[in-house]
Amino acid sequence: MFAYILRRLAVAIPTLLLLIIFSFILMHLAPGGPFSQERALPPQVLANLNAKYGLDEPLWRQIWNYVYGIVVHFDFGPSFVYPDRTVNDLIASGFPVTLTYGTLAFVAAIMVGVSLGVVAAIWHNTWLDYLAVGISIGAQVLPNFVMAPILVLIFTLWYRMLPGGGWSFNDPSFWVMPIIALATSYMASIARITRSSMLEVLGSNHIRTARAKGIPEHRVILRHALKPAMLPVISYLGPVFVSMITGSVVIDMYFSTGGIGKAFVDSALNRDYAVMMGITILVGTLTILFNLVVDILYAWIDPKIRY
Amino acid sequence: MTKLFTTTALLAALALPAFAPALAAQPGEGETLAENQDLKFWILDAFKSLDPQLTSSRTDSDMIRQLFEGLLNEDSTGAMVPGVAETWDVSEDGLTYTFHLRDSNWSNGEPVTANDFVYAWRRAVNPETASEYAWFMELMNLVNASEIVKGEKAPEELGVTAVDDKTLEVKLTKPTPYFLKTLSHSTTYPVPQAVIEAEGDAWTQPGKMVGNGAYVLQSHDLGVEAVAVKNDQYWDAEHTIMDEVKFITVNDQNIGLTRYLAGEIDWMNTLPAGRLPQLQQEYPDEAISAPWSCSYAYIFNLSDKGPEELKDARVRQALAYAIDRDIIVDRVLQGGQRPAFNWVHWATEGYTIPEEDWGQWTQAERVEKAKELLAEAGYGPDNPLNLSIQYNTSEDHKKLAIAVQQFWKAIGVNVTLNNYEWKVHIDRLNNQDFEVARYAWCGDYNEASTYLDYFRSGGYNQGKWTNADYDKLLADSATAENPNDLYRQAEEILIDEMALAPVYHYAMAQMIKPDIRGVPLENVMSAWYAKDMYRVAE
Repeated sequence: MFAYILRRLAVAIPTLLLLIIFSFILMHLAPGGPFSQERALPPQVLANLNAKYGLDEPLWRQIWNYVYGIVVHFDFGPSFVYPDRTVNDLIASGFPVTLTYGTLAFVAAIMVGVSLGVVAAIWHNTWLDYLAVGISIGAQVLPNFVMAPILVLIFTLWYRMLPGGGWSFNDPSFWVMPIIALATSYMASIARITRSSMLEVLGSNHIRTARAKGIPEHRVILRHALKPAMLPVISYLGPVFVSMITGSVVIDMYFSTGGIGKAFVDSALNRDYAVMMGITILVGTLTILFNLVVDILYAWIDPKIRY
Repeated sequence: MTKLFTTTALLAALALPAFAPALAAQPGEGETLAENQDLKFWILDAFKSLDPQLTSSRTDSDMIRQLFEGLLNEDSTGAMVPGVAETWDVSEDGLTYTFHLRDSNWSNGEPVTANDFVYAWRRAVNPETASEYAWFMELMNLVNASEIVKGEKAPEELGVTAVDDKTLEVKLTKPTPYFLKTLSHSTTYPVPQAVIEAEGDAWTQPGKMVGNGAYVLQSHDLGVEAVAVKNDQYWDAEHTIMDEVKFITVNDQNIGLTRYLAGEIDWMNTLPAGRLPQLQQEYPDEAISAPWSCSYAYIFNLSDKGPEELKDARVRQALAYAIDRDIIVDRVLQGGQRPAFNWVHWATEGYTIPEEDWGQWTQAERVEKAKELLAEAGYGPDNPLNLSIQYNTSEDHKKLAIAVQQFWKAIGVNVTLNNYEWKVHIDRLNNQDFEVARYAWCGDYNEASTYLDYFRSGGYNQGKWTNADYDKLLADSATAENPNDLYRQAEEILIDEMALAPVYHYAMAQMIKPDIRGVPLENVMSAWYAKDMYRVAE
C-alpha cells in the first residue's frame, strides 16, 4: 500500500508538469493578452509592460522561469491585472474562503444526500421514497444560479435574517446561503447515487443471508449494506470535493465571497496568465491528491481491492 | 512669465458661478443631519489597484478619489475647483502653469509638497513603472512625456518642477485648452515617496497606505468590501460630514439591487438594463437617471483590410440612417439614454452638439433615404450588400446587434453577427479585423476633444477613417479663442462623412437612498467625492 502511494505520487509530478506546459501554451495561444484593452496601449508602454512581466521572452523560456520560480521559491509570479498583488497573495486571500464554504457544503451535501438516499432505498416505493426522490429531483433541476437569487430574496430582502453577500470568517451568518446554494445539487446527486446503489446492495445475496441469520435490521443496513453501497458514492465524491473547495464561480459571483472560483474565471477572461496558472496548478494538485485518497478509501472499504 | 489670468478669471472661464458651490458638504436650511454618516457604495468588481499611477479602472478611481487629492477637484456640476492647488497662473503663451499649493498634510502628518507631485508624475511616465495610464501624461502634453515613455529621455526631464515646497511649475509642449480638466484624474494625484520606497508594492494595503484625501483606507477585503474612514489630517476635515465610505462588491447587478432594497447598499450607480421604468414607479424618490459621458456607436472599418463597400460614404450614411434609435433607447435600454446622431456626448461641458438634419427626420424618412442612397451606390435586391457586425460578449450588446441586424435587413442589407469575448474583440479592433464593430468611448475629461481625438489620424481610430480638414481643425483648436466652435465644425465633417454610426449617449440609471445628499448628478464624468456628501435624518 505504502509503495503504491509513493508510486502514485511519483507519477503526479510529471503529470503536473505536463499540465503546466499545456495550460501555459494554450493560454498563450488564446487571442488577446493581459494588456490588450479598449484604448490600445502605446507600443512603448506595452513593451515596458511586457518587459516588466517577462512576456517578451520566448515561450519556452517563460515556462522555464515560471516552473523554476515555483520549485525554488514557491513563487507563482505577479498578477498582471492586480499590479500590487502577487498570485500567492490572491490565492492566500481567496482559497481559505472557498475552502471553508466548500468543505461545509460538502459535509452538508453528504449528510443530507446519503440520508435521503438510504431512506428512499429502505422504504422503497412508499411515500417516503417518493418524497426523497421528489426532493432530490427538485434540488437537481434548481441550478445554483437560480437558487442564489431566490435565497437572497427570501432571507435578505423579505425576512432580513441573513446578509445578502460578502464574507467574514467570524460570522457564520455569511456562510449559510453559499453553503445551501452550493450543496443543493450535489446533495441531489449523492441522494440518487446512494439510493440506486443501496437498492442494488439490499437485493444482493449477503444481505439476504444476514437477514436470514436474524441480524437486527438496523445492523443489516448500517454494517452490511451501507458500506458497500458507498463505493459508487465515494468515487463520485473525490472530484466533487475538489470542485467544491476550489470554488464555484456562481457562488462567488452571487454572494460576493471573494473566493477563488470567480478569480479563476476572471483570470481567464482578463488573460491574467499567472493567476490562471496558479489556480490551475492548485486545482490540478488537489485533483491528483483526492483521486489518490479515493483509491485508498476504496481499499479500506472493500477488502477485495488490493494495490 | 506674465500673470495673464488671475485665478478668478480662470474660474470664470471654466464656467464656474461667482459664488463657488460647496467645496465641502454644506447642509441646507432646515436639514438635520443623521446620526450615522456612512455611505455604502456598490461596486461590480474587486479593485484592481489602489495605486493612483497603476490603476486603469473606473471603479478603482472612485475609491482613489476619496483617498488622495490632486491639484484640482470637480464640483457637483463637473466644474474644476481648487484641490491641493489653492491658486494658479498661466503664462501668456499658455505653455507654463504655476500652481500655488495650500498647506495640507498626508494622513501620517507629513506636509504635502510640490515634490510629491513631481515624484508622482515622473513615476507615471517612468518606463519602469509600466503604468497603463502613462499615456495620460502624454495627453496632458507635458514636456518630454512621450520621450520618457519611449525610454529616450530620463524621467527627471519631465516638464514638471518644484520651484519650492508650495509652488509647482508645469511646462507643456503646446497650448492645451483642456489641461486643467485633466488635473482631477487619479494618474495626476500625488503619492508619498517615502512610504512607497519603504513598503514597495504593499504600500496600498490598509495600515500602510498614506494618502492626502479626505479619507484613509481602513480595511480592504479583496472582492468583498473596502472601508475608508475620515482622515483627520485632511485640510478640510472640519467640513467633512460623512464619516465612513464602504465599497461593497456585488458581482451581480440583480443581487446588488435586491441588497439595495434590503438596505445593505445606499447607492447603486448602474442598474440592470430595462429595470429603471418599473423602479421609478415603485421608488420615485430613489430611481434616477443622470447623463454619463460615454457614447455608443458602430464603427466602420475603412482601412485597407476593410470591405470595399464601406468605403462609399453613401453606404455608411444609409446604414446610419436605418438604425431606429428610439426603439433601442425606449424599448431595449430604458435607462434614460438618449438617441445619438453625433459622437460627442450631448452633456459635455461648453459644447453644443451639431444639429444634424437627419436627426430631425422621422424614422420612415430616414429609412426611405437610406434605401435611395443604397440604390445610388449600386445595391439592391439583385446585388444585396452583405456585412458582418462584431460585438463583445454581453446581453445588451447582443440585443442591440440583433436589433440593428433587423433594421439593416429592412433596407436590404444582410448582416451576420459575430460575437467575441472582450479581449478578442479588442484585439480584432486594434488589428482592423472587422467590418462593422460595436464600440463605445467614455470621456477622459469633460470636454469635446476627448471624443474627437479618437478619430484624428494617428488617434486610436480603429476604423482608420482620415480627413485632412478634420485633423487641421483639431490642431487649430489648441490655440483657438473658443475651441468649441472648431470642435463642432470638426464633428460636422465626421458626421457628414459618417465615419461611424452613432447609436446613443449613455446615462447612468441609478438607485440612491433618499437621505443621501450631495450626489453630483450633474457631473457627467460621475466623479464623486464622499466629503461633499452627507446624510439627513428622515
